[in-house]
Amino acid sequence: MFWYTIKRLLQGVLTVWFIATATFIGMHNVPGDPLSGERATNATIRANLEARYGLDRPVTEQYFIYMGNMLRGDFGISYTQQNREVNDIIREHFPVSATLGILAVLFAALGGILFGALTALFRNRLPDYIIMFLVIFGISVPSFVLAALSQLSLVNMNSALGFSLLPVAGWGTVSHMLLPALVLGLGTMAYMTRLMRSSMLEVMSSDYIRTAKAKGLSPTRIFSRHQLRNAVLPVITVLGPAIAAITTGGFVVELVFAIPGLGRYFVQAVQQLDYTVIMGTTVFYGAFLVFMVILVDLVYGWIDPRVRLQ
Amino acid sequence: MKQTDPTDFVQAPGDNLTRAAGKQLAVYAVAAIAILAAVMFLLNALAGMTSSAAGMSRMAVDVENNTITTYLRTEPPQMNSMLATDAVSGMVLAHVMEGLLRYGPDDELVGGVAERWQLDGNTMTFWLRDDARWSNGEAVTAHDFEFAWKHLLEPTVGSQYAFILYPILNAEKANNGEVPIDDVGVEAVDERTLVVTLETPIAYFDRMIAFVTYLPANEAFYQQTNGRYGADADEMLYNGPFMMTSWVHGASMQLEKNPHYWDAERIRLDAINFAHMTSDASTLLNLFKDDQIVMADLGSEMLEEAMLQGWTLSQFMEGTVFYTDFNHRPERLTANLNLRKAMALVHDAGELVNRVIKLPGYLPGKSLFPVWLPGAEDNFREEYPAPTYQRDVAQAKVYLQRALDELGLDRLPPLVLLTGDTPVSRIQAEYYQEVFKRSLDIDLVIDAQIFRQRLEKMTAGDFDLVAAGWGPDYNDPLTFGDLYASWNLNNRGRYNNPALDAQVRIAQSSLDMAERMQAFGEIQRIIHEDVVMLPDYERGIVYVSHPQVRGIRRHVIGAETDFTNAWIEAGE
Repeated sequence: MFWYTIKRLLQGVLTVWFIATATFIGMHNVPGDPLSGERATNATIRANLEARYGLDRPVTEQYFIYMGNMLRGDFGISYTQQNREVNDIIREHFPVSATLGILAVLFAALGGILFGALTALFRNRLPDYIIMFLVIFGISVPSFVLAALSQLSLVNMNSALGFSLLPVAGWGTVSHMLLPALVLGLGTMAYMTRLMRSSMLEVMSSDYIRTAKAKGLSPTRIFSRHQLRNAVLPVITVLGPAIAAITTGGFVVELVFAIPGLGRYFVQAVQQLDYTVIMGTTVFYGAFLVFMVILVDLVYGWIDPRVRLQ
Repeated sequence: MKQTDPTDFVQAPGDNLTRAAGKQLAVYAVAAIAILAAVMFLLNALAGMTSSAAGMSRMAVDVENNTITTYLRTEPPQMNSMLATDAVSGMVLAHVMEGLLRYGPDDELVGGVAERWQLDGNTMTFWLRDDARWSNGEAVTAHDFEFAWKHLLEPTVGSQYAFILYPILNAEKANNGEVPIDDVGVEAVDERTLVVTLETPIAYFDRMIAFVTYLPANEAFYQQTNGRYGADADEMLYNGPFMMTSWVHGASMQLEKNPHYWDAERIRLDAINFAHMTSDASTLLNLFKDDQIVMADLGSEMLEEAMLQGWTLSQFMEGTVFYTDFNHRPERLTANLNLRKAMALVHDAGELVNRVIKLPGYLPGKSLFPVWLPGAEDNFREEYPAPTYQRDVAQAKVYLQRALDELGLDRLPPLVLLTGDTPVSRIQAEYYQEVFKRSLDIDLVIDAQIFRQRLEKMTAGDFDLVAAGWGPDYNDPLTFGDLYASWNLNNRGRYNNPALDAQVRIAQSSLDMAERMQAFGEIQRIIHEDVVMLPDYERGIVYVSHPQVRGIRRHVIGAETDFTNAWIEAGE
């Protein structure tokens, strides 16, 4: 187990290095110029700016300088916010995205497991039909539609009630988070419900459940120890990437609900060719994703003894 | 009955196992809700640290605390006035800082830190008022201006707007590293007198002085921030009507009345909360409906609802002129005047604005010079009305044939129209594609690019036509007038006409306003006759505002939205 963990972590470092290098090469080959503004800059001002950001050096040299700085945990200074360090941007805005993401993932995982198990137990009956219809809805409606629609209904509800039940947008208390987290997690929740349903159905028809029943185990024990625990495995597998996707993929939701998360910086940096912020956020998110995948693999071993030996 | 279902014999609906499992599931559901509640309680505490509204009023108008709540379109990218280039930073800076001169409620130049000023040949002298104070109580002195201007001209600082100081003697050379920074023609003769020496006398220098790049900075404070000047609320010193008391990046900003401001009596609001930072129009409208912000800009689809609700609607010209620029490089087809004339004769800005774009407040373009520019006496466009083309497809075809003959072509190859990736630029490009195909059988290839890539292609000359826009830096027609000068780097179509250059030189150097305006009139005529570009539209904005908040001003130059003269009308 210990050596397995070490091996996986080393592989992870290699992956992150690869992500950083690929981003660096891609970024420098995208047409466009990070220093260009609406106003054309004369040669003097341009040279001054290039010197400030080290862009006057050869690209290979820039690469090694950048990698060196990154190893020391220094992502440099933003191009668009010239007095802010990328480290500050990540430190201030990732917790917001993460908070929202954790809540969304919790919604998604708990809801997905419960609804999935419910539909499997009541398959081809009314609860199953209703939930599966909602699942199709949740999977097919994109989050920006959902975000705008839910916000609009909230406004109408608030004005009908005459007071603010939930804030329309903004950040600060848990009441600000409820709606965005639900919107953000709904797609994943729908996906997990389907996953849970099919794996639960598979487990229900397996031989060991028949054996368990035959040897007289209590129904509660069969359900919680044998059915649920086995059926939940595929859900756990997708949980890691889902956490990473939700905490990074909240750009639209962050925009609509005016949430100061990192997602906005992540997307805007690419549009503005803000080299340091692109590198910083990509490497950070890449490392985060890799770490989540490793973590899930380790948790998997703990939940399912069968994979522990490999 | 579904006898064929293999699971049925193990577990049928309604049997013991299912009932037990259902009960168990209910228990888990309760547990899940409990977990969620616990997590939310935890997150609540956590989120308080990154709040957008910590300690702020929940309502748009707080009569008791004399405070209004509103929004910013984006996080201000740069609050260091020496480096700021964008409208949002400029808007906040106009509330918390004050330069030598500033624009008054009706866009007229009034004294800021300077009590009076005088242009005498090459030198301009400013006499500073003795009650101007920084937010720490120190006096605002002539040294604060000298320091800020000289500092931003240092090559290592890399200020993008350094060029706006180039009228000052040796400013460009110092920015270039050719002469020491002390040779720049700015000198604080004493605490209260600033003498600026110009390269050549220019009539509109006072209008440039009101730009953000000319704001002062307290040297001792600046040095002590270690390069973080303007990065946080406490990393700045303020000399304007308000001061920033909190800034949660990306989330919120709070301005409070600056007690040290010399003209504090003029300021009637005690505080302004920028509680949200988002550019999403429907979110802003929702926040406005929910009484969370005092104003919101409207999109076209929101106009009807706004009128039905009977909200207070206002409109203002935002200042930018949008136009389709031709590539005048000799190797391009669009360098042919007859081709450009043919296109001008089918181009109809009125149709574009009223039938295609259909956004509230937009004005069909007629000239490079927008409607709001001041002239010699009153308004430039009234003194020099813009000549326009009337759509005439028959005549356009004649011009097109002449162009084809001159170019030795039977049929025009497709032209590339470079454009942006916003919805407006997309429908505009499609409209042109249709119009030129239908009336002249000219094929347009649309090349939609994101901002920086479009800019790069414009600079490289990789286009035939390009959808471009130009916003003003100062309140004088020259901010538009020198755009097509052969030496201007922003002249990306490389238009080159000595006759136009000569007029630009007159407009730059003459001290006689009437003569300058005549030169601009001449530039306007040349651009029209030579079809240098096709004017598309001037952008206007329609916005709703809270009925209790009065005196909100919106400016073309300086603060886009100006709350410094606003007040709350109580008793509603």
